[in-house]
Amino acid sequence: MYGGGYIFDEPNKRQLNEEQLHDDPEKLADFEARIARGEKIEPGDWMPSEYRRQLIRLIEQHAHSEIMGALPEGTWITRAPGFKRKLALIAKVQDEIGHGQLLYNAAETLGKSREAMINDLLSGKSKYSNVFNYPAETWADVTVIGFLIDAAAIVNQVANAKGSYGPYCRALERICYEESFHLKQGHDAFIELATGTPAQRAMLQDALNRWWQPIMHFFGPPDKSSVHSEKLMQWKVKMASNDDMRNQFLDTYVPKIWDLGLTLPDEKLRKDPDTGKWEYSDPDWDLFKKVINGGGPCNQERLNVRKWAETHGRWVRKALMNPKDRIAAPVA
Amino acid sequence: MTKNNALIYMLTAMADDALILGHRNSEWTGLGPVMEEDIAFSSMAQDKIGHAWALYRIQQEDLGGGDPDQFAFLRNEKDYRCCHLVEQPNGEYDFSLMRHFLFDHAEAIRYEQLQQSSFAPLQPLARKLKGEIKYHTLHANAWITQLCRAGEESYARMQSALNACFPLALGLFEPGGEAEDLLVAEKVYPGEKALQQLWMDRIYAILSAAALNLPGEHAVQPAYGGRKGCHTVHLQPLLEEMGNVFRTDPAATW
Repeated sequence: MYGGGYIFDEPNKRQLNEEQLHDDPEKLADFEARIARGEKIEPGDWMPSEYRRQLIRLIEQHAHSEIMGALPEGTWITRAPGFKRKLALIAKVQDEIGHGQLLYNAAETLGKSREAMINDLLSGKSKYSNVFNYPAETWADVTVIGFLIDAAAIVNQVANAKGSYGPYCRALERICYEESFHLKQGHDAFIELATGTPAQRAMLQDALNRWWQPIMHFFGPPDKSSVHSEKLMQWKVKMASNDDMRNQFLDTYVPKIWDLGLTLPDEKLRKDPDTGKWEYSDPDWDLFKKVINGGGPCNQERLNVRKWAETHGRWVRKALMNPKDRIAAPVA
Repeated sequence: MTKNNALIYMLTAMADDALILGHRNSEWTGLGPVMEEDIAFSSMAQDKIGHAWALYRIQQEDLGGGDPDQFAFLRNEKDYRCCHLVEQPNGEYDFSLMRHFLFDHAEAIRYEQLQQSSFAPLQPLARKLKGEIKYHTLHANAWITQLCRAGEESYARMQSALNACFPLALGLFEPGGEAEDLLVAEKVYPGEKALQQLWMDRIYAILSAAALNLPGEHAVQPAYGGRKGCHTVHLQPLLEEMGNVFRTDPAATW
């Protein structure tokens, strides 16, 4: 699963200008015409350097989000209540790691190796979805993540699957298919608590209250404060605006939550019958920035787990690697 | 000892082994040395836990046992019959891999034999599970062979993992006393000694191809006790974690 909206690099203007000078205008026009006709761009095709750079960044963040997203839920696998939930949760988290694998492969087709991406994740240079820097405190948190965060991720990924880069789109099609099962599992476990004992309902309500703000953050900053992204939309790297995706999510899921007699911690939350748009209190965007930059409740803990895996697995990777072998970029 | 009780003894031991090792395998989620191994251990965890569930269901349906969830999640420590091998914490990947190798070959052999069991409900299950475990042993063989050929460090690690795991793995074949005698006489299965011999032959071939030295069977002290409810210090905390949510309200549905 993935979120964080589109958090693109504000390109360094001077660097960008220089790079664009190097982009052959004829090739660029041809490239843009292909995208306008709805064609997919494939790994060996010519592409502007800025397109490549932003795509690597997007796909890499998405891949990191999958493997880091496995951690908060993963901590509940050993505590999942009963065979049915335990098996479903292991399968789900396993899928997420598999999505990471697919996405690293897709990003590698653009020329950055998996090792380089993982190193950037560990050094903090490369980001992942903010939402995974919050703790999963109770079993109800697992159901909220499985239902609502996966639902939000689907909104984001269905949009991205219509983008212009072939390998990313094909990975996303498969990912969306699997995510729709996760959503069903999450929904089922969520309903079980919502219709369960008073203690189960209270646990669920508490989890919803804690997760609401991170969910509102999930699609990224409001459009009015987003970096200029006209070019990225024209190139079909960015496929929908953060606010539009947020609105689509609220429109589908808020009624389902309210129908179960649960509440959401935002008194302003309502759908404007005239515009069809949802109104809500602005979540704390300063907090969003703080968490992205490493100041969230679990950033360090999550990275430490990843570092443990890297350090303790090093001898295995070393043993597998023949120094004479060269890494070939997959042509996904 | 009735045949019913003897069957419950055997099935509980098999199921508890699978449940506890499945739990340990699932702890690798997110921590594997490469993503592909993360996925492999996750996948084996699902199979193991699924096997345990199927065996508890046979107890419920054919032997008058209780609800599988309640049975798996709520017993006291001394009522579990798993062996010490599966209780051990995961340690490093070398230990987990060697444990997986030794355990899965033992399981493969057990289920091969149980296809001909006189206890009819085990026959179709044994056939199905044998097909799944085939991939587990293939996976273990491939990794052990590869790591043993890949240089001094990984070879040395695999040898010391074997030294640590082997006495524990002998506990998989702990003699079952009266229950075992009865099951052998009733042709439910051929008995622990026979299974152990088949297992030794099978693992010996692979280990020697990987140039690993198997400690002498008689030179080590087998880790017995698990089948009788005597466990290592590692089991109780694992059970508390496993029942953490379920025990808060065992009557509720989750």
